Amino acid sequence: MDYSALKTHLAGLSMPNPTMLASGILGISAGTLRAVAEAGAGAVVTKSVGLKPNAGYPNPTVIQVECGFLNAVGLPNPGIHKFIEEMGELRDLNVPLIVSVFGFSPEEYAEVASLAAEAGASAIELNLSCPHVKGTGIEIGQNPEMVKLTVRAVKDRVDRPVFAKLTPNVARIVDLAEAAYSAGADAITAINTVRAMAIDVETFRPILANRFGGLSGAAIKPIAVRCVYEIYESVDLPIIGCGGIRDWRDAVEFMLAGASAVQIGSAIALEGLSIFKSICDGIISYLRRKGFRSVSEIVGLAHKK
Amino acid sequence: MSGWHIKNNVMRTVEILDVKPENPHVKTIFFRDEMCASAEPGQFIMVWIPGVDEIPLSISSIYPDGSSSVTVAEVGEATRALTRMRAGDIIGVRGPFGLGFKVSGERALVVGGGTGMAPLMMLINRLVEGGVDVTVIEGAENSNKLIFLDRLNNLSESMGVEVLFTTEDGSYGFRGLATDLAERVLCNKRFDVIYTCGPERMIRKAYEMAKAYSVDFQASLERYMRCAIGICGSCTIGKYRVCRDGPVFDMERIGEIEEYLGVLKYNESGERIPV
Ligand SMILES: Cc1cc2nc3c(=O)[nH]c(=O)nc-3n(C[C@H](O)[C@H](O)[C@H](O)COP(=O)(O)OP(=O)(O)OC[C@H]3O[C@@H](n4cnc5c(N)ncnc54)[C@H](O)[C@@H]3O)c2cc1C
Ligand SMILES: Cc1cc2nc3c(=O)[nH]c(=O)nc-3n(C[C@H](O)[C@H](O)[C@H](O)COP(=O)(O)O)c2cc1C
Ligand code: FES
Repeated sequence: MDYSALKTHLAGLSMPNPTMLASGILGISAGTLRAVAEAGAGAVVTKSVGLKPNAGYPNPTVIQVECGFLNAVGLPNPGIHKFIEEMGELRDLNVPLIVSVFGFSPEEYAEVASLAAEAGASAIELNLSCPHVKGTGIEIGQNPEMVKLTVRAVKDRVDRPVFAKLTPNVARIVDLAEAAYSAGADAITAINTVRAMAIDVETFRPILANRFGGLSGAAIKPIAVRCVYEIYESVDLPIIGCGGIRDWRDAVEFMLAGASAVQIGSAIALEGLSIFKSICDGIISYLRRKGFRSVSEIVGLAHKK
Repeated sequence: MSGWHIKNNVMRTVEILDVKPENPHVKTIFFRDEMCASAEPGQFIMVWIPGVDEIPLSISSIYPDGSSSVTVAEVGEATRALTRMRAGDIIGVRGPFGLGFKVSGERALVVGGGTGMAPLMMLINRLVEGGVDVTVIEGAENSNKLIFLDRLNNLSESMGVEVLFTTEDGSYGFRGLATDLAERVLCNKRFDVIYTCGPERMIRKAYEMAKAYSVDFQASLERYMRCAIGICGSCTIGKYRVCRDGPVFDMERIGEIEEYLGVLKYNESGERIPV
């Protein structure tokens, strides 16, 4: 099949197609990042990496609920210094390698981001949106002023594209998008998980060891589509849509709302790594059927009156 | 495994029906859950010990009355808490997950090290039912660490299964490692397949032997696990996820991850550490 209609240019990155691996899904080791790229993802985003090694929370950390997945993994990661060794094995990756970073202050974000950029990251995604780790998610990601300071601190030290990944756990996500835009972000990723919990009725206990976690999967797709739609109307930046995408139809829905690319996470549990290729095939057929020559033509179409 | 199995796999809480000691450190825990009772040999479940942890354990048996069991060795906090639980206590289960053993060939050599016998016990029953000629080698440090002695000795008496025990200190059966005994057995008899589970260095040795004797090979591997559904990336070995692409790997796939087998794994933080 001819996939050239799927070529995507986003904030200076060239991708063979608009599908990307979402952060925190498999992206902690070189082996699986490469496997995802080989399965057909247009770009891969790593697990969020911080300055120091972190073991994360005890299990249960990831469970299923009727309508999706609930996780409170607690940002386990080997720390950027060790992770750079992992990145060393990915120099010949044939799609962009986007390193997701987190920190507990704007300076820490900038420190990690600059080390990742030096090590060869194609772009940096700032995880400004973890709903369950104290000191980075809520305190920074839900506060437009902190988002601004963080994006600026990173932009000052990094010469690669910087994506701001936003949380839906606020009354107005556009305030966060505008803050990121004003500080010089190159793209917006929307959304991270929705703060949630599950309780077992037999033992009266919250199931996740951390009690609270983030909801992902089918349940959050309408929330994510709404966020992308609102951000598209408020800031002039490329948007990467994320949340509950399971097939080409979902991906197209995000693009019509204004996303230039999409990230896929939880659905890998259901469909396996072949999901990237099947979404690409589905988008190609859709474009043909509707008479479009390039996937970029459908971005934001739902906004035309 | 199909996506369907995962789609419908929310955690269920179940009551422990019975707890049976296998040796001073290992207990078999019985419970009833419809999905677990559909597991293939070699598949595992995530067991939630409320308030403590959630850990991967292999299904060690399934009974006609719909009950199943896990067989757990006490090695740390979670396994200690689980082995102290009693009939009537509640645990959570998710699964079964992963790819199990594939039954193939007419003569099978099963090599288990310690608690590695857990997934193999169910396989042995399945092989015997299928009329496969089975030789079992179980190895452990000493007689106190052997498991399933009764069950295996029963199979030996009633079904003619050849069962060989070996201990490092010679306190029961042969003296030495399971792989040493396996080598002797392989010299004298032709097998179609070796099935193994246990310490990874043992698996590594068994793999080298399988190659040397040109025998097919399947091994169940372990890595740190969180999600068990192939998304968190904790259980990576090379390009594979042990929870989804394993835990049972065949000869071809082991060949692709040979450089890591018995050599390298990731810890909870995702740091590379020696096995
Ligand atoms: C697919 C699979 C099947 C298994 N089947 C059995 C079985 O049938 N019987 C049995 O006794 N044991 C089995 N294990 C091993 C069992 O999961 C660990 O012994 C248990 O998790 C230890 O927990 P702990 O808190 O008691 O010990 P800890 O002190 O926490 O750890 C002891 C060891 O267990 C490992 N471990 C701890 N948590 C996990 C985890 N979430 N995932 C994987 N490893 C972990 C640690 O890395 C360490 O090496 C299996 C493991 C896997 C991956
Ligand atoms: C197990 C798990 C771990 C995650 N870890 C991260 C992370 O480290 N950094 C991050 O920015 N997002 C993380 N996320 C959020 C996802 O990247 C994504 O935003 C969210 O899951 C919604 O997309 P989905 O419905 O396709 O999964 C994680 C999600 C899951 C399910
Ligand atoms: S345990 Fe999460 S990918 Fe295997």
